[in-house]
This record gives sequence, C-alpha cells and structure tokens, in this order.
Amino acid sequence: MCISFPGRIVAFKDDNCLAVIEIGGTKREVSLDLLDEAVTIDDYLLCHAGFAIHKIDTEEAQKSLALLQEIIDNEIY
Amino acid sequence: MKYIDEYRSPELVRGLLQKIRKTAAKLVKPITIMEVCGSHTTAISRFGIRQLLPDNIHLVSGPGCPVCVTSIEDIDQALWLAAQPEIIFASYGDLLRVPGSHGNSLEKIRAAGAQIKTVHSALDAVALAQAHPEQKIVFMGIGFETTSPTVAAAVLQAKKLGITNFFIFCSHKLMPPVMHLLLAEEKIAIDGFLCPGHVSTIIGATAYDFIIKTDRAAVITGFEPVDILEGIALILEELTNGVTEVKIQYQRGVKEAGNPKARAIMNEVFAPATVNWRGLGKIPESGLILKEKFAAFDARRHFSIPEISSQAHHACRCGEVLRGLIEPSECNLFGTICTPANPFGPCMVSNEGCCAAFFRYPMASHPKGISCGA
Repeated sequence: MCISFPGRIVAFKDDNCLAVIEIGGTKREVSLDLLDEAVTIDDYLLCHAGFAIHKIDTEEAQKSLALLQEIIDNEIY
Repeated sequence: MKYIDEYRSPELVRGLLQKIRKTAAKLVKPITIMEVCGSHTTAISRFGIRQLLPDNIHLVSGPGCPVCVTSIEDIDQALWLAAQPEIIFASYGDLLRVPGSHGNSLEKIRAAGAQIKTVHSALDAVALAQAHPEQKIVFMGIGFETTSPTVAAAVLQAKKLGITNFFIFCSHKLMPPVMHLLLAEEKIAIDGFLCPGHVSTIIGATAYDFIIKTDRAAVITGFEPVDILEGIALILEELTNGVTEVKIQYQRGVKEAGNPKARAIMNEVFAPATVNWRGLGKIPESGLILKEKFAAFDARRHFSIPEISSQAHHACRCGEVLRGLIEPSECNLFGTICTPANPFGPCMVSNEGCCAAFFRYPMASHPKGISCGA
C-alpha cells in the first residue's frame, strides 16, 4: 500500500499546484502539496496516492549505483 | 523504467549475493531479519529472495500491510457506514474484499446496492464530495506515515474549499510504535529490521534510533532486488562490525530528515492515539485520530455508529502471521479454504499480505523451495 513510483515531470498545471508525471509511457497528475522542495520539468518524483512525496536526488542515485558497481567489479565484497 | 530497471540488474544481484554469503559465513549464530513493510513482503516473495539467501539468514514478515492490521471492528464499522443510504463510501481497492464478522465485505454489499467507490487518492474522494453535494462522502483512511499526509492534505483542501459533506473514517496507523513492541517479542528475537522505504521518505532515519539503541540493526531499504539484497548486506555488516547507526540503503528515496513538510501537514490534522491492531491488540500512541479542529470531517464523530459485536474467523491465524510468529503455511486455512479468490483473513486479501504473497509465489516463499500447500 505504501507503493510509490518514480515519475518524470512533463508539465505543470493549476498554478503549479499539480504536476503531470510520466511513468512507463503513462501520464498521471499528482499534487505537489506535500513536497518540500522546488521542482522543474524532467525532475523525477516519488508519487503515492495522488501526491508527490519526494524529489529523487538523481546525482545521489547515480553515484550510489556506480559505487555499488565499482565495489562488485573489483570484488571488494 | 528509470530508477527501477537498474535495480534489477542480475550482475549487481550476483555481486551482492556473493558479499552476503561471505559475511554470513562469519556469523556465530543464525540471524532473523524482519521486513515490516507489506511492499517488502511482496517483493521478497516475488523476486525469490528467500531462496537465494544462506540458511543462517531467516527472513520474517511483520505487520506492515495496512489492510491486514486494520481491526475487524473497523471493518465492521466501515461495512455499517457503507450500507447507509445517504453515504457514498470511498475506499482504496485493497480493502473491498476484506471479510467482516458476518461474512460480508464491501465488495459484497456493493453488489447488493451499497454506494461504494474505489479511489486511488483521498483527493478523488474530495472530488466526489464536490460532484455529489446531496450525499455524504466517507473516505476510509488506512495506511502508515506514507499515506496519512496525503489524507491530511485532502482534509485541508476540503476545508479550504468549504466542503461540508466529506468525512474521514480514520484507521491510520504509525510504524515505529509497533516496531518497538516487536523488539520485545522474545519468540522471534529480531536481529535487524529492513525498515520501510516509503514510510521513511516521510519520517526520516532518526525515527528508528530506538532500534539501534538495543544493538539491533536498522536499514532503510528500497523495493527492488538490488535494494533488498543491499539492505540485507548492510544489516549483516552492522551485526558483524557492531551496530552504530540507522543506515539508509534507499538513498534515492529517503533523506536523513525525511519530509518535514509532509509531517507538519499530518500533524496539523491528526493526533496520535491508542488504537487496536489486528493480531496485536491495543498499542499506545500507535494510530491517528482527527484533531478537534477538524472534528467536522471525522466520520466517527459525525455518524452514530452502533456497537457491533465483532469476531474474526475462529481458525484464522492472521494475528500470528502479522507478528512473525508463524508462516502462513502453518495456518490450517491457508491454501485449503482460504485463498485469494475466497479469503478468510486480511493477509490473504491484500496484495501485500503475507499469506497472499506466500500463496502466489509458493516456491519462492519457502527457504527450501518447498511448496507450502498452495
């Protein structure tokens, strides 16, 4: 039930209170009322029950994935 | 899909498994890890993670499926509300098939004429209230900290719009108090928690400090196979090197401080209260009620819900499943007369219920890959 999915912002509506997000080719509208930071087009949001609840830190995500890959490639594990 | 596919990489999974096996070989005794979140329970079964782990790592499921922990009393009261002619009852789809005391469910009474709408968001219920001013819309609020801010925001919106025919039947629950209770459960002796990813998006990492104070590991974990295996690897690392902090594996989805704005909105509308959990009984300060200021939106205050004598099916062992005391296959009803098509208990109803996950993925749910009756 706590499922959230990562969607990319493609547009804003209603005085920037709503974002249109796209996930896997499907578009949905989510409220930005619960979000605590500014967002722009192409940002990724975690969305749950009609609301965006988190802006994904793209850089952090790429960095930690690359680190994991590096650790595994070098068999540090 | 971005942020999903990368976390299903077979190469990363293989690497993490190697790491887990190496560290697990150093353990002096077998360990038990509890996943508290229903989405974790489903993912672990779906991706066959139990089967991949060494024998000395035991995964147990906890009470993190909101539908499953909703008390039979709340289900019976919801059924009463939904049957009232002046009410349109709005609910997440997951709840519709949960049986009440007398064999009814929202789905069954809807077939008999009750006005029940499936919604994906509390905002859909606010829109229903606007579209049907002559009717009273009751939205059943269930879920943990991920969901309750969305319902709080819907209440604030209804207030702003001057809507007076929108009510919440509040059955929201909080995650840390129940985890606190489970830590003391000697029969399961939890060594570490895979902490719920999206609850933590809201409450942050410090909310779990009480776990590490007992030298048990706590790792906030995402929902894809790479996430879950990395979460388990981090728990092993903590347990072998000494528990020092709440770790965040799910960095792309969780900030150390959580989402303070969402928490402020939740705290504006709701207050903590002692509530009844299925299988766990009353737990102090473990649920939410609407604050006095929002009493006009509270279905429990607005409607005179009668006393209903509630009784779950006598042979249903969902309560023990929810506490991690038994596996679903140890219940006589599981897979025999209780199936997803004909559920007797909530853990078989919800997609995130432990029984449903074990039934749907029988080979993957058992550590030895033995079918458990399904």
